[in-house]
Amino acid sequence: MDFNDSSEEAAFRAEARAWLEKTLGPPASRATMKTEGDVIKASKAYQAKKAAAGYVGLTWRKDVGGRELPPIFQVIFSQEEQKFQAPVSPFGIGLGMCIPTVIAFHSADKIKRYVGPALRGEEIWCQLFSEPSAGSDVAGLKTKAVRDGDDWIVNGQKVWTSGAHYCDYGILLVRTNPEKEKHKGLTMFVVNMKAPGVEVRPIHQMSGGSNFNEVYFTDVRISDSERLGEVGNGWNVALVTLMNERLAVGGSAGPEYGEILELARNTPSPSGKGSLLQDQAFREKLAGWYVSAEGYTLGKYRTMTALSKGQTPGPENSIGKLLNANRMQDLANAAIEGEDHFGIISDPAVAPLQGAFHNAYMWAPGLRIAGGTDEILRNIIAERVLGLPQDVRVDKGVAYKDLPTGR
Amino acid sequence: MNFDFSDDQKMLRDQARKFLNEKSSTKTVRTVLNDDAKSFDADLWKAVAAQGWLGVTIPEEHGGLGLGRLELCVLAEEIGRAIAPIPFSSTLYFFTEALLSAGSAEQQAKVLPGVVDGSVIGAFAVSEGPGAPSPTSIEAQFDGSKLTGVKIPVTDGDIATHAVVLAREGAGLSLVLVDLNQAAVKRETLQTLDPTRGHARLTFTKATAERIGKAGEGWDLAEGVLDRAAVLIAFEQIGGSQACLDMSVEYAKGRYAFSRQIGSFQAIKHKLADMYVGIELARSNAYYGAWALSTESSQLPIAAAAARIAASDAYYFAAKENIQAHGGMGYTWEVDCHLFYRRSKLLAVQAGGPGVWKEKLVRRLELKNAA
Ligand SMILES: Cc1cc2nc3c(=O)[nH]c(=O)nc-3n(C[C@H](O)[C@H](O)[C@H](O)COP(=O)(O)OP(=O)(O)OC[C@H]3O[C@@H](n4cnc5c(N)ncnc54)[C@H](O)[C@@H]3O)c2cc1C
Repeated sequence: MDFNDSSEEAAFRAEARAWLEKTLGPPASRATMKTEGDVIKASKAYQAKKAAAGYVGLTWRKDVGGRELPPIFQVIFSQEEQKFQAPVSPFGIGLGMCIPTVIAFHSADKIKRYVGPALRGEEIWCQLFSEPSAGSDVAGLKTKAVRDGDDWIVNGQKVWTSGAHYCDYGILLVRTNPEKEKHKGLTMFVVNMKAPGVEVRPIHQMSGGSNFNEVYFTDVRISDSERLGEVGNGWNVALVTLMNERLAVGGSAGPEYGEILELARNTPSPSGKGSLLQDQAFREKLAGWYVSAEGYTLGKYRTMTALSKGQTPGPENSIGKLLNANRMQDLANAAIEGEDHFGIISDPAVAPLQGAFHNAYMWAPGLRIAGGTDEILRNIIAERVLGLPQDVRVDKGVAYKDLPTGR
Repeated sequence: MNFDFSDDQKMLRDQARKFLNEKSSTKTVRTVLNDDAKSFDADLWKAVAAQGWLGVTIPEEHGGLGLGRLELCVLAEEIGRAIAPIPFSSTLYFFTEALLSAGSAEQQAKVLPGVVDGSVIGAFAVSEGPGAPSPTSIEAQFDGSKLTGVKIPVTDGDIATHAVVLAREGAGLSLVLVDLNQAAVKRETLQTLDPTRGHARLTFTKATAERIGKAGEGWDLAEGVLDRAAVLIAFEQIGGSQACLDMSVEYAKGRYAFSRQIGSFQAIKHKLADMYVGIELARSNAYYGAWALSTESSQLPIAAAAARIAASDAYYFAAKENIQAHGGMGYTWEVDCHLFYRRSKLLAVQAGGPGVWKEKLVRRLELKNAA
C-alpha cells in the first residue's frame, strides 16, 4: 500500500498544476453564475487548449488520440483541475460515456471522424436513452427505427436529454424489432443533432434552469454506417455506455464538509450559546459527511488501483452516486436550516458561497434520479454485486409489442 | 499510488482465513459463550501464537516477525470475521502498541518476548465508570512505584498477565505497566453483552507498577494508542460486518416466503445493499487508516477517527439487520446472528464510543481547516 505519488506521478502533478495555473489563473473561489452561453464558450476554449497541451484522453489508446497512461494520471489531472474550477461540465457525458462507446463499437474511419473533434471540444455529445415511458426500465423504450435501403428512418421521442440543445451529436438507442423480447429488439446509432427532423424542446427544471430537453424525431434519416454494434445488440452496447457512466458520474460537485464547517464557525448555534460548529448535533452530522466524502474519494482510489491491475469497472461503482447525491442533499439542507430564517435567502449577492448550498439543495433531487435512481442502484448492488435473485419479472419471454404499459 | 494490500498480504489473509475456519468456527466460539467459567479459548490462543501472529509487529530482537502494521490489519479483519474468542486485540492493538510507542528498551525486552509466545496477555485499562473518560475524570493514582485505584471495565482483565493503566501522577497523568499476578491486584469477572471475551473490574491497592513514557504525558500517549487501536479494530469490525452480510445473502437466497426467495423482495435487497455500502465506505476509510498507521503519517489522527466511525456504523447496521433478515430464526440462541450483534457492540465501545470519536474527528478537522 502506498498512498503517496510516485516520482513520475508527482512530476505529472506539478506539470499539470503549472499548466493549469498558466491557463486558468490562480484557483478562483467558487465561480459566480454565468449564462449558459458563456459557460459553453469558456468550456470549448479551455478544452481546445487542454487538447493542444495533451491533457485529454489520458488513459485512451494512442491510435484514437490518447496517451495510454494508467488511470491514476486521470485522477491526478482531475484533482488538480477541480482545484482550479476548470470549466468542463458540458463534456462529461460525451467524453465520459458517448465517445468511449463510439471507440468500442464504431468503424475505424468513424472513430477518426468523431474522436478528435470531441477531444478538442469542437463537438459536444449527448445521450439519448430515456423516454417518457422508459427511464429506469430504459429497455422498454418505444422510439423506432425502420430500415430503408442504406438508411434507417427514426420516429419517436426522447426525454431528459441533458445538453441536447447545444449538442452536435448523440448516441441514440432505438427499437428495431418490436416482435422480439424488449432487450433483444434494440439497436444503437450515432445521430447528428442538426439533422432534419430532430427537434429539441427545453424542459423547465424544478431548479428553474433548463439543462435537459425533450427531443422529437420525425422521419429522421440515419445512415446504416452510423450504427454502433450489430442490429438487435443495442442493449449490450448500452451496457458499455452505462458502465462508463458509473465512472464518469458520481462526483458531487457541491459544497463539502470543509465549506459547511467554515459556514458553521460563523453562524450562531440553535441554543444561542456559541457557534453552530459548537453544537453537538451538528458536529455529529459533520463527522458523518466527512466519513462519506472521504470514503467516496478513497473508494475511487481503490477502483483506480484495481483498474491499473487490469480489472474492469464493475457494478460496485454504483455506490459513489448513491452516497454523493444523498450527502449533497443532507449537507445543503443542514446548511440552510443552520442559518435559520436567513437560510431561505438564495440570492448569490447575499447568501453564503454565492448560494452554492441553495444550488446544491435544488440540484440534489435530480442527481438522485439521473443515471439510475437510488432504488435502481440498490437493485444493481443487490443483484449484480451480492448475487441476490431478480425481482419477479413479468416481462421475460414476452414480445415487446405484447407488454403491458401504463400511462 | 497503490491503494490495496500486496499479494503477500493477501496470501497471509487467505492463510489466516483458512486457519480460523478450522480452528475458530462459531462452534469454538460457543464453547466460550456457553461456559461461564471460560472467557477465552486457551488452545486457540496457543495455536495463534504458534502461527507467529502474536509477533507480527514485534521487532525480531524480541522474537517477533518485525513485519508492518498492514499485516496486522489483514489478521485483524480475519479475527473479526471469525469473532475469535481470544485476547488478540487487547494484547496487540493496545498493550503492545503502548509498549512499542512509549516503553523503554528494558520494558520492551521484559514483556514483548512473552507476547510473541503467548505467555503474556496484555490489557489496557482506562475506563473507571460510566461515560467517556477525560483528563480530569481519571482517579487512579500512581506515586512513582505503586498504583492504587479501580478500573472498570477492563477487556480481558480477568485473564491478562499484564496491563497498561492510565493513572494520575502528581498534577498530570501517566501510563504505567503493571504485572497483574500480585496480591495487590484484585480481579472480579464481569458479566457483559459479549461473553466470548472476558471483562473484569481491577482493583489496585498499592500494586507495584512502573511508568512507561514520561510523567504527565499519559493522556496524549493513551490517545496515540487509541488512534492506532482504532484502525486495527476497524478491520475487525469490517471482518465481522462482512460475515453478517455473507450470512444474510446466503439466507436470503435459500429462504422462501410467498413462494419466492426472500432475497427477491426489495425490502430485503435494499437492506443488504445498504449493508454493502456501509461496509465499503468503512473499508475505504480503514485502508487509509492502515496506510497512515503503517507509514506513521501525520494524517493518522483524522484517518483513524474516520475509519472507526465508519466501521462502528457499518457493523451495528449489518449485525442488527442480519438478525432481521433471518426472521424468527435470527432471534434464536442457536443461530449465529447474535454472536456478531454482541461482538459489534463490544468493538463499538471498547476504544471509546462513536460519539467520542465523532467529536475527536470534528475537533481534528477544525484544527486542520484553520491551519
Ligand atoms: C437531471 C437529469 C438528467 C438526465 N439526463 C439524461 C440524459 O442525458 N440522457 C438520458 O437518456 N436520460 C437522462 N435522464 C433520465 C434518467 O436516466 C431517468 O430519469 C431515470 O433513469 C429514471 O427514470 P424515470 O424518470 O422514467 O423514472 P421511473 O423509472 O418512472 O421511476 C419512478 C420511481 O420509481 C422507482 N422505480 C422504478 N423502477 C423500479 C424498480 N425496479 N425497483 C424499485 N423502484 C423502481 C424509481 O426509483 C423512481 O423512484 C436524466 C434525468 C435527470 C433527472
